Amino acid sequence: MHWQIEILLLVILVVAALTALQLKNLLAAVVTLNIFSFMSAALMVSMGAIDVAFTEAVVGAGAVGIFNILAIFRTTRRTLD
Amino acid sequence: MREASTSPIIQVAIRGLMPVIQLVGLYVFFHGHYSPGGGFQGGVLLAVSVMLGRLALGLEMSQVVFRSGIAVGLSAVGVMIYAATGLAALLGGGEFLNYGFLPIPGLDPPALRNLGILLIEAGVTVGVMMALIAIYDEIVESRTESSVLATFE
Repeated sequence: MHWQIEILLLVILVVAALTALQLKNLLAAVVTLNIFSFMSAALMVSMGAIDVAFTEAVVGAGAVGIFNILAIFRTTRRTLD
Repeated sequence: MREASTSPIIQVAIRGLMPVIQLVGLYVFFHGHYSPGGGFQGGVLLAVSVMLGRLALGLEMSQVVFRSGIAVGLSAVGVMIYAATGLAALLGGGEFLNYGFLPIPGLDPPALRNLGILLIEAGVTVGVMMALIAIYDEIVESRTESSVLATFE
C-alpha cells in the first residue's frame, strides 16, 4: 500500500511542475509551485526524512510563496510572452 | 502591501491565522531538542506570520505587530547571541561551541548542554526571523520600479 501512495504523490508532483510552466497567470503559477513544494515535502516524509520535509514545507510552501507574490506585485499579473 | 486589502475575508482570516502561526513557531522552536524542528523552522514560521500581516493589513496597521526598520539590527543581535554562546564556551576552557564548558556555576555538563542548545537555537531563530522580515521590508519600501530599473542600466 505504501508504494501506491508514493506513485500518486510523484504523479501530482510532475503534473504540478508542468502546469506551473504552462500557466500564463503568474499568481496561479505561484500557487501551483506551492503544491509542488508541498508534494515534495510529503515524499520526503514517506522516505523517512521528517526534518528535511519540515524545512521544505515551511520554506518552500510558506516563505518562498510570499516572496513570489511580492515579486508579482512589482511586475504584471500575466506574462507578456 | 502598502495599503490594506479590501476583502473582509482576507482581513478576518489573516487576523485569525497570525497568532496561531506564531504559537506553532514558538512550539517548533522550544521542542527542537526532542522532535523535528528547531531554530531555523521556528524562525521562518514567525517571520511568515509577520509577512502575512504586512501583505493583508497594509503597511500602517502592520506597524502595530512589528515595526519596520528594526529588523536588520535585531538579526545582528541573533548572530551575536550565537557567537557569544560559542565564545563563552571558549572562555570556560572548552572548544568553540562546546556547551559542556559554559561558565555557569551550579550546573553539571548534561544540564549545560541542554541550556547551550537552547541558547544557540534562540540565536538562530531571532537571526532567521529578522533577516527574512528585513528582506521583505527592503523589497516593499526601499525603491520604486524606475530606480530599480535604473540600477540595471
